[in-house]
Amino acid sequence: MTEVTASTFQSESSQGVKMPSYWGVVFGITLLALIFHYVSPGVLPDRWWPEWEIPAEEWLTTRIEWLKSEATIFGIAFKDITRAIGEGLKAPVKWAEYVLYRGHANMSWIWLTVILASVVTYFSTLRNGLIAAVLFLTPILMALFFGDAAPESITSLPKMLSDGLKGIGAKALYGPIPWVAIAAGVIILGHWIGGWRLALLCAFTMLYLAVFNVWKDTMRTMTIVVVAVPMAAFVGVVLGIWVTRSKIAARIITPIFDLMQAVPHMAYLAPVAALFALGPVTALIATVVFAMPPMARCTILGLQTVPEEIVESGKMSGCTRRQLLWKVALPSGKRTLMLGVNQVVMQTFAMVVIASIAGAQGLGHKLLYSLQQLKLGTAIELGIAISVVAIVLDRLTQGYANKETDHFAVAKTWAQRHKHMLIFLVILVLSYIAAIWFRDVTIPPSKLTYTGAEGKVTLFDPKVLARWMDGGIREFNKNAFDYINPIRDWVTLNFLIPVRNFFLWMPWPVFVFVVGAAAWRYGGLSVLLLCLALMASFIVTGFWVETMKTTYLVLIATLLCVIIGVPLGVWAARSERVANILMPICDTLQTFPSFIYLIPAIMLFRVGDFANVFAIIPYATVPAIRYTYLGLKRIPEVTVEAAIANGTTKRQRLWKVELPIAIPEIMLGLNQTIMMALAMTAITALIGSTDLGQEVVRSISTQNFGRGILAGFFIAALGIIADRIIGSWADERKKQLGIG
Amino acid sequence: MSAEVQIKCRNIWKIFGDNPKRFMKRHKGAPTPEALKEAGYIGAVQDVSFDVHAGEILIIMGLSGSGKSTLIRCITRLNDPTAGEMEYEGRDLLKVSERELIDIRRHKMGMVFQSFGLLPNRDVLENVAFPLEVQGMDKAERVQRAKDMIELVGLQGRESYFPRELSGGQQQRVGIARSLAVEPDIWFLDEPFSALDPLIRAEMQDEFMRLQQKLKKTIVFITHDFEEATKLADRIGIMKDGRMVQLDTPEQIVLNPADDYVAEFARNAPRERIVSVGTIMKPIDPSAEGTVLVSEKIGSVAQQVLTANRPMGVVDEAGQIIGSVTREDVATTIFTRDAA
Ligand SMILES: Nc1ncnc2c1ncn2[C@@H]1O[C@H](COP(=O)(O)OP(=O)(O)OP(=O)(O)O)[C@@H](O)[C@H]1O
Ligand SMILES: [Mg+2]
Repeated sequence: MTEVTASTFQSESSQGVKMPSYWGVVFGITLLALIFHYVSPGVLPDRWWPEWEIPAEEWLTTRIEWLKSEATIFGIAFKDITRAIGEGLKAPVKWAEYVLYRGHANMSWIWLTVILASVVTYFSTLRNGLIAAVLFLTPILMALFFGDAAPESITSLPKMLSDGLKGIGAKALYGPIPWVAIAAGVIILGHWIGGWRLALLCAFTMLYLAVFNVWKDTMRTMTIVVVAVPMAAFVGVVLGIWVTRSKIAARIITPIFDLMQAVPHMAYLAPVAALFALGPVTALIATVVFAMPPMARCTILGLQTVPEEIVESGKMSGCTRRQLLWKVALPSGKRTLMLGVNQVVMQTFAMVVIASIAGAQGLGHKLLYSLQQLKLGTAIELGIAISVVAIVLDRLTQGYANKETDHFAVAKTWAQRHKHMLIFLVILVLSYIAAIWFRDVTIPPSKLTYTGAEGKVTLFDPKVLARWMDGGIREFNKNAFDYINPIRDWVTLNFLIPVRNFFLWMPWPVFVFVVGAAAWRYGGLSVLLLCLALMASFIVTGFWVETMKTTYLVLIATLLCVIIGVPLGVWAARSERVANILMPICDTLQTFPSFIYLIPAIMLFRVGDFANVFAIIPYATVPAIRYTYLGLKRIPEVTVEAAIANGTTKRQRLWKVELPIAIPEIMLGLNQTIMMALAMTAITALIGSTDLGQEVVRSISTQNFGRGILAGFFIAALGIIADRIIGSWADERKKQLGIG
Repeated sequence: MSAEVQIKCRNIWKIFGDNPKRFMKRHKGAPTPEALKEAGYIGAVQDVSFDVHAGEILIIMGLSGSGKSTLIRCITRLNDPTAGEMEYEGRDLLKVSERELIDIRRHKMGMVFQSFGLLPNRDVLENVAFPLEVQGMDKAERVQRAKDMIELVGLQGRESYFPRELSGGQQQRVGIARSLAVEPDIWFLDEPFSALDPLIRAEMQDEFMRLQQKLKKTIVFITHDFEEATKLADRIGIMKDGRMVQLDTPEQIVLNPADDYVAEFARNAPRERIVSVGTIMKPIDPSAEGTVLVSEKIGSVAQQVLTANRPMGVVDEAGQIIGSVTREDVATTIFTRDAA
């Protein structure tokens, strides 16, 4: 281990001789070019020549038009296919809506079916229960498929039931699942998974949602989550299995996933919206596509990390290939798979919130609206709702992934083993019955009132609270703006704007030269070619200005993230106590959908580049902190001890031993920070910006999807360029340190 | 050892590297160690031939990396050998279809792994029943069989424990029970006890002997521990750098090591517990007094022989005198390792 330190010092000194020469030359050329550009502007091109511009945008737009109108696959019109898919996906979304918050006349029939099927299952077999369920569902299915053509004698049965229920005043029985039951269900689930602590968290969240009157919007959001999660998980697992089985699949799918990882959430909406009409289906598809790769990655990881001996013992037990997969590999990778599900749920939730701009109803939609109206009180209420729901979803899925199987279960009775489920069922039935008389059991009341002798008294009204908060914030801002505004304006004028102007003034060949030099130095020819191609893509299509605006924002934000994050990471690595506080905060910050980071930014700084940078920082600093912490923590103890034995001071140790060894890890954190900053710039576009992100957002409302798709791709291109250069730098460094 | 041959291996090669088949062809099927090294290939198993007889315990030994695991992984077809021939009960093991191979594994072969290879998500009972489950045996029957096996290895009462809740020794018992559940004809054990601490290891060895006395299976057993080997083996095969340098009875290995490498293995062996009287016996000496049994290990007769003033007669099971043994012979056999 002492060799590690020795080689660190060595490579340090050997590079000390070699590096300046390469970078010195690059720097010199760049400086000369910039001076030349300053002295005689116009010689070096600052834009691509319009006559040579590649009209990618028009081309894409006409392609999309063609797809939507004329294209056919095997003689079937493409638009019919998308329409069919759209219709097909609408059904599950609708049903999730009925169940969660809307209710439907046929709901009572469905419940009847469920009860009947359970009874049949209990007294005979699961198969008979399923058969009974299918038989009972026939009327509804017939009505669904054949509409009016369905024979009335059959389809009228459910109708009779719902009419009958209405007749006896029990209309609630075809309402949605009462919110009381859903809330109780979540709390019980929390208890089952994580004991009383998690149950308490769930209870608090449910109460918040009800009291602040965001229940219905939460359920709207959850409809898409509920439908998207199984779909994304299923597709992810299938793709993951396929990749581990076939080399060809691995070669095709892996780079696509890499690209997808660099594409910001927002950019998924444009291509989907181009093919499907705006609305929940578009949100659903974009969400599934966005949330699926982590599942596939976890599946691949889970399958590939199954210990060799377990696979071999499976083989020696006489497993066929299929048995090996289903009975050995997948179950023993279960924990990794469940973490994949956790990721899918979190990504889905984050995406659904953002999909509000493509027509998804719910929390995100409301939040966007209130932000645009500067109703900050409401925005805060919604932001908290989104945050607590995210935390609950995260804890529930993570807790489930880590849940131990109870091996004393066999000794218990059936009822003991299923007590959580039984309690939930009882509450469900009771709440349905109670809903017949009390409407508030079905949907939480919009405010808490108390009817006493003097008439109705409103105890709590979230709207009033929000208005009151609005006022408070306005008051605060009025006073604080005296201090905040000058700072904001000063920084914007003296720092942000000049940097931005520099990027816009800089001739593009200089940019290409600097980036190319870095790519060539660290990644060699292949990375250089890739970076050149990616840079060419936004230069020759006329997106230079927008791309530079994004680049400038991301660079500044990243710089600030590093300045804040690395010292915090070092501090956490130094002190256990700090780590114990900081790391959970980082975890929590990462569970929040990026959308909510806009709230404080707007609250304090309204709109503008300053607010944008401010919104990026809390979101993108997390990886800088985390990777610095991990990088320092992973240094072998012996190395540090050897340095102590050599008589280094604490500071020398940090600068000469620990940081140099941890730097590859820190650079990977930087990589993540850049990715997240890029993703966030697309979101800050919602509160106003003029960069690539804005192009994406605007393309959805103006239906100019070609432009949106391109802008989304260019954001990804920036991410990939940074990733490849920094990644190869870190790899090289790791090899030098002998820790690759 | 004239029992019938159960597994026959001829000129087995297993080479790791980019393109082992082509490499083998280029060197006409017999690359030298130097050629391997130069080309950056690893000759994990090189030109190994031997038979496994029905009912014997064959122990394979060798230093770490000498190719023991690779060799039995070839026989079980977990690895496909690069070259060579293998027969199982007269069937060409390298030509069987996947279906047949699975069938052989399901009914004929059992294997115990060094680090157990238990399925973490299944409890003891389900782990033991696993090979039966994949065969498609119905539930009641396989649970019954698994319970029998669990009892056989002394784990009754822990059926619903998960592997991580068991000690190493207990986990390996589960591994053994699982490998025995299908009643295999031949049983492979790859360093089954080396992950265990010495006390438990000794206990497991006794356990193993007890089981074998009951089951009388053909066994191929890998170990690092020469004492363990001499305790259990009918024959010992010693591997070095991928080659089988000697395959013989423990006595022969101790007394006539093929080379220094083998001798080094045998050096600290408790000879008195390995060598039997018959091995060092001289022709009949009329002056002999008293008798010892020919099949007795010299350790158990040493005191008798060493304290006698005259050579002792050696008798076979029928009581017939067939030779003699002297004090000097016993002493040199026991103590030569110090001279070496
Ligand atoms: N899959 C593999 N790829 C490359 N080389 C391998 C592979 N498996 C084994 N080897 C090499 O083959 C040689 C023999 O390995 P093997 O595992 O058979 O040794 P061993 O005698 O069982 O050692 P140990 O006692 O440590 O278990 C070693 O040099 C090992 O590095
Ligand atoms: Mg081995």
